[in-house]
Amino acid sequence: MGDFKKKSDGRDEAAESHWQLGKAHRKVDAVDRMRGIARYTDDIKLPGLLHGKIKRSPHPHARIVAIDVGKAEAMEGVHAVVTGRDFPVPYGVIPWTPDENALCVDKVCFVGDGVAAVAAIDEDTAIAACDAIEVEYELLPAYFDPEAALAPDAVQINPYAKKGNLSKHVKLEFGPVDQALEEADIVIKDDYFFEGTTHTAIEPHCAVANVETSGVLTVWSATQVSHYLHRELAKVLGMPAHRIRVIQPPLGGAFGGKSEPFDLEFCVAKLALMTGRPVKILYTREEVFYSHRGRHPMKMHYKTGFRRDGTITGVAAETIIDGGAYSSFGLVTTYYSGQLLTAPYVFPTYRFDSRRAYTNKPACGPKRGHGSVQPRFAIECQLDKAAVQLGMDPIELRRRNNLGADGVTVNEMKVGSNGFLECLERVEAASGWQDRRAELPYGRGLGIAGSTYISGTNYCVYPNEMPQAAVQITLDRSGRARVFSGANDIGQGSNTMLAVIASEELGLDLSDIRVLSADSDLCPIDLGAYSSRITLMVGNACLEAARGLRDKICASVARRWSIPAKRVTLTGRKALDMEDPERQISLTEAFVMAESDHGLLTAVGNYDTPKDRHGSYRGGTIGASPAYSFTAHVAEVEVDAETGIVTVTNVWVAHDCGKALSPRIVEGQMEGSVYMGFAEAIMEQHIVDAEHNGVHTGPSLLDYRIPTFQDTPDIHSLIVEHPDAQGPYGAKEAGEGPLHPIIPAISNAIYDAVGVRMNATPFSPPRVLDALESRRTLEADGAIAPHKDHPLAVPEVA
Amino acid sequence: MAESFLLSFQLNGEPVEVAAPPHYTLLEVLRYKLDLIGSKQGCDKGDCGACTVQIDRRPVLSCITLGVHVQGREVVTVEGLTRPGMHPLHDCFDKWVAAQCGFCTPGILMAAEAYLSAVGRKVTRGEVAEALASNLCRCTGYTKIVDAIVEASELMAAEDEGKDDHRRAGNPSKTS
Repeated sequence: MGDFKKKSDGRDEAAESHWQLGKAHRKVDAVDRMRGIARYTDDIKLPGLLHGKIKRSPHPHARIVAIDVGKAEAMEGVHAVVTGRDFPVPYGVIPWTPDENALCVDKVCFVGDGVAAVAAIDEDTAIAACDAIEVEYELLPAYFDPEAALAPDAVQINPYAKKGNLSKHVKLEFGPVDQALEEADIVIKDDYFFEGTTHTAIEPHCAVANVETSGVLTVWSATQVSHYLHRELAKVLGMPAHRIRVIQPPLGGAFGGKSEPFDLEFCVAKLALMTGRPVKILYTREEVFYSHRGRHPMKMHYKTGFRRDGTITGVAAETIIDGGAYSSFGLVTTYYSGQLLTAPYVFPTYRFDSRRAYTNKPACGPKRGHGSVQPRFAIECQLDKAAVQLGMDPIELRRRNNLGADGVTVNEMKVGSNGFLECLERVEAASGWQDRRAELPYGRGLGIAGSTYISGTNYCVYPNEMPQAAVQITLDRSGRARVFSGANDIGQGSNTMLAVIASEELGLDLSDIRVLSADSDLCPIDLGAYSSRITLMVGNACLEAARGLRDKICASVARRWSIPAKRVTLTGRKALDMEDPERQISLTEAFVMAESDHGLLTAVGNYDTPKDRHGSYRGGTIGASPAYSFTAHVAEVEVDAETGIVTVTNVWVAHDCGKALSPRIVEGQMEGSVYMGFAEAIMEQHIVDAEHNGVHTGPSLLDYRIPTFQDTPDIHSLIVEHPDAQGPYGAKEAGEGPLHPIIPAISNAIYDAVGVRMNATPFSPPRVLDALESRRTLEADGAIAPHKDHPLAVPEVA
Repeated sequence: MAESFLLSFQLNGEPVEVAAPPHYTLLEVLRYKLDLIGSKQGCDKGDCGACTVQIDRRPVLSCITLGVHVQGREVVTVEGLTRPGMHPLHDCFDKWVAAQCGFCTPGILMAAEAYLSAVGRKVTRGEVAEALASNLCRCTGYTKIVDAIVEASELMAAEDEGKDDHRRAGNPSKTS
């Protein structure tokens, strides 16, 4: 604790010496949203706007024999109809796996697959026109289970698949893992299942397209990856990218659910090109559920060897991943299911064998903590089981396996700063772990789990030699600055992050800065809001641009004061002489000096990732990041052994984000992450009904159920700062890492409360009751002792 | 499409008359006919609360309320919360960064305003959670929203005490 205290004090001092960094900022773009002024995509109105609708497949797997659009085209008010034949070029967000068309060409692969789209004078007419389109299908056998889909005689689902229904297979082995397991003092073997879940951003997907008289096509979309959308639009429409402009308006949440192109974006573009009129498509909530691209269901078998002192000897994992009908990011997901597990604990040996299968379900993709939330659930439960078997405190067991700072993982990833031990310390202290855990009665418990996550990936999804991020800043004599960035602010606050960095360097107030983002005509290209890359990558680019301008301004002021430039600082809307602070001028005057010397004041910053921090084997670049965040959670639960209801009362989350540029925004990311993961642990499941033709079991917010104000536990955020040399001011990610530990922490807390293991999500009352029933039988047979001296009562049977 | 009818009501303190098809929901009337885009469509079936507005000072889901329902009544939308300076709820939401993506925020503000105006005192975190339970947010984990509403309740109660008769701008009950 002494060490931590010193760090904490150091942080506070550092904050005082900064003009903006580490302060509690208000976001630069929140008030317009709160006043109902900000125009989200669905709020865009254009003269002559047509409304589009997509006709969707009622079958999970079928060949399209014929489509008759004649009646729809003849309807009054219908302006255009398109089908898959209008989009022959396949695409995919990962360029190696282009396996979907904007609309289905020859077959449909899940209930909800798009087969045709119409543009009409209003939504009601568009719906009627969709109903008038006649599609003749020839039904094919459908597969809702990945192992059934992988059976040798299964019919191929995806028309572009290269290996039947095997979407991707990754098997990597590091060191003699079988030997390590054999030589271990104990081996924990278990099966885990992580159910699919979906993002449910409150804003449904929406896109609007318009063609200018010059022929330039503009697409406004609720996307978190404008650049990848731009690339795929060019490819699918057969238009050069410079004839397309992509704009991301204010966005109503994404969480990975808007991180690749969707059918509606291609359809509005094509329909606008055909009709010469602007076209909008807004998904219904039901369509959002079917579009999905959410968390992959994973069946995981784990073997973990431990020495008696609690240290890990080896980890062997076999994972079956249910991919749904298309690849999406699935190639990466399959790697991530193993590659991102190798910190914060030392794995001396490791093997993972992950297979992703196509199934006749909505395609899975990246959801907050892409590909690594599921294996994290498995390994953290494994550690807890080992701790029980070894009679060791599970926090102590984790400490003993800590990788530490500047370590190299077994799969050759170079880790920089690492605050994991402090994260453990902070949640241990804040939750009262040492005193309270032993005291909590039967039915109440505490659980711990840890994790790591990437701050962006070192390699872009398409290979290129260009920088990963770029920012341009301009200033002028008015005293204002404009920051141009292609980065997508999806609510996480990246626009504010850029303003904070610019204001820190230039001495401006946040309100003196306008951030213009995610408009391909105005902004430098950025890859988008995914893999928790923006603060580190775009932040670094912004820092470089801002420092370039700062140097020019300081030099211009210094020249007029006849002092060295390094004596001039910009802070508090002033330029001042650090050795004689009485000598100061307003920033506006300083900008005038610099503009007089240099003309237009503009600077660019670029950032590219280090290319020497990954594995030397095939696939070793996937999962390599400039910097890794670390997290620890303690969850407190109450389990009602009669009803099986689990109530999570408190969650303590400590997260090492390197440096919190805006602590309140970082806390918001931590709280939102805990919330989303808690929901996956306790209630959410995105499933289709195999008995009813593969329809979604509840494609509405009421049926799917996401936690309300009342369901959500009290969340206690503890920011930990171990600055990383790779991050701007040391900053690492905070948006995804803090989600990971909550699911295993709750599972481990349930064990602490009532002595049963939850190895499958969600931890629903039937699952808890089943587990209690199994335990009751074992207790009755005398095979195990009662948990916390609380014998489970023998049920009364008539 | 069915023949439009003429709808007359008080909107954010001003009388309005608007023609709309009879099947239009209040949300459609606001968004499509009046271009008041602050009220959001998140689910279109009364599950998420992003479309919450006030009718006669009570929070309602405008996506499952027919436009005809507000004939002659008083409607306040999030646009009606704006006033010179900042409404305490806006100020506290901004201070606490209670709006991440901001899409649910207009609905939450209208539900919170109705609740705080009705109780007229400082509220507890538990009370906020209960009063707002029908509004969903997917970004924040609700924590900062509760922080903001609790603080705003204090400010609003103090404001009410300070000016018995002079009510908030945008409150239709005192503008006629």
